[in-house]
Amino acid sequence: MRIKCPICGERDRREYYYVGDAIALRRPEPDAGEEAWDDYLHLRDNPAGRTRDLWYHEMGCSAWIVVERDTLTHEIYDTGLASAVTKAGE
Amino acid sequence: MGAMRYSAWQILKQGLTGNAGWKPIWRSPEPSPEYDVIIIGGGGHGLSTAYYLAKNHGITNVAVLEKGYIGSGNVGRNTTIVRANYYLPGNSEFYSHSLKLWEGLEADFNFNAMFSQRGIINLFHSDGQRDAFVRRGNAMVNQGDDARLLDRGELRKILPYLDYDQARFPIYGGLYHARGGSARHDAVAWGYARGADMRGVDIIQNCEVTGISIENGRVTGVETTRGPIRAKKVGMVAAGRSGRVAAMAGLRLPIESHVLQAFVSEGIKPCIDHVISFGMGHFYISQSDKGGLVFGGDLDFYATYAARGNLPMVEHVMEAGMTLMPMIGKAKVLRSWGGIMDMTPDGSPIIDKTPIDGLYVDAGWCYGGFKAVPASGWCMAHLMATDRPHDVARNFRLDRFRQGNLMDEEGTGSQHNLH
Repeated sequence: MRIKCPICGERDRREYYYVGDAIALRRPEPDAGEEAWDDYLHLRDNPAGRTRDLWYHEMGCSAWIVVERDTLTHEIYDTGLASAVTKAGE
Repeated sequence: MGAMRYSAWQILKQGLTGNAGWKPIWRSPEPSPEYDVIIIGGGGHGLSTAYYLAKNHGITNVAVLEKGYIGSGNVGRNTTIVRANYYLPGNSEFYSHSLKLWEGLEADFNFNAMFSQRGIINLFHSDGQRDAFVRRGNAMVNQGDDARLLDRGELRKILPYLDYDQARFPIYGGLYHARGGSARHDAVAWGYARGADMRGVDIIQNCEVTGISIENGRVTGVETTRGPIRAKKVGMVAAGRSGRVAAMAGLRLPIESHVLQAFVSEGIKPCIDHVISFGMGHFYISQSDKGGLVFGGDLDFYATYAARGNLPMVEHVMEAGMTLMPMIGKAKVLRSWGGIMDMTPDGSPIIDKTPIDGLYVDAGWCYGGFKAVPASGWCMAHLMATDRPHDVARNFRLDRFRQGNLMDEEGTGSQHNLH
C-alpha cells in the first residue's frame, strides 16, 4: 500500500502510523455528554468499502493526513492534510 | 435423526464394506418460514452457539444462516491455538471454562478434532517481563489452570534451537502452559455443525442475511438472499463482519475490522513440539500434523475487510522468526493468508443483549477467537436461552466502554489502533 502525502508525495505505507477513523477530527465538546463521547471514542461505522481515516506521516514530514480509501480493495481515492479538512469543516 | 456414531468399530466396518456407508454429516434443508432462534453466521462461534442451545437448553427449532459454506470464514483461517493463560478477572474464568470444554469436546460431539495439548511457551527477555509472567502464571494457577516458569537452562533442554543470545531480545526463560495446544480448526466447525444438525438445528449455507426486521423495538426475523425468515430471537455472530451485520439493525458497535496475516511453510519433519510465542517480536509458531510450520505475527494495523495483507507485516514476521529460530530459514513459505478480526478498543470480546429486544451479539473476538469457540457458544446459548449472562461471561458487556469497565488484558490502552 502506498499513500500520497500532500507534502512529500507518494510514500510507502511503512512511513505512516494509522490513527483510526477520521471521526478523530470531530472531537466533541468536553461537556457534550456520555453518549457523544462514547460515539467518538468507541463506536464505529466500520464500513466495508469507502472510508475516511486519519494517518500520521511519522517517518516523513509529520503531517496528519486524511485518507479516503476502500477497505475492500485497499485502493486510495484521495488524501488531504487534516488541517485543511478541519478548517473546511468536513 | 439417524446419524451415525463414529467409532473404531465403524472404521473397521466401513473399511470392510468398501467405505460405501459414509453419509453427509449434516443435512442441507430449505429454510423454514419461522424459527425460535436464528444465528447469523455459521462460523465456529455460531455453530457452537446452536449446538449448546440444542444440547444444554433443549432449544432445537434453530437455524444457522451462513453466507458462504461451513468453514469458509475465520474458523478455517486461524492458527488453531488453544490456551487459557489470561490474567484479568472476567477473561481468566472464561478462557479457563473454554479450555475445560476443549478437553471434553471430542467425546462430547463424537468427532475427531485432533485436539493436541502439546503445551504453549511464552518467552520472556528481561527481568521486568519475567516478573510480569510470574504474576500472570500465578493468576492462571489461582484460576485452577496450569502454569510453570521455565528458566533459561530448563528452556534450553526442550527448545535447543532458539537463538538465546540474540543482541536485542536475549531469552531469559518462558512461561509454560502445558494444557494449551492446538486443534484441527475445520474439524471443530464440522463437529459442531454435525452435533447441532443431529439435534435438529437447520444449517443453511449460501444464505446471506441482507436485513434485520424490527417492529416496535423488537426483532421479528431477517431478510436473506433466500427470502425472509421470521424468528423470535436473533443472534449476530459474524466475527469480522459484525459491524456490517449490526448496521442492518441500526446499531454501531465498538468494533473496527483489521486484517491479521498467517503463514504456513512446506511440510518438514517434526521439529517444533510446542506452540512458541515470541511476544516482543510479535511472532508465534507451531507445527501442524502435516508438518507445515504455522506462524503469524501482528495486525497490519489499518481498518480493512480485504482478506489479504500488505508486505511490511510479511517482512516483519519473517524477520522475527529468523531472529528467534534461525533454523527455519531453510523452510520455504508455502502460502499466506489474512483473516478479518473484529477488534474492540480494549481487546476483549462482547457477549450481550443489544438495545433491541430479542437481538443478541457475540463479537469482538479480536485475534483470539478460536480458543474461545466452545465457551463463546456455551455462554451465548445461555444468554439467548435464559436472557441472563452466563457467570463466566458476565463482564463481556456491550456497554462496558461507555461505563468505563474496560478489560484491557494487554495493558496498552483503549483505542481501536492499539490492540
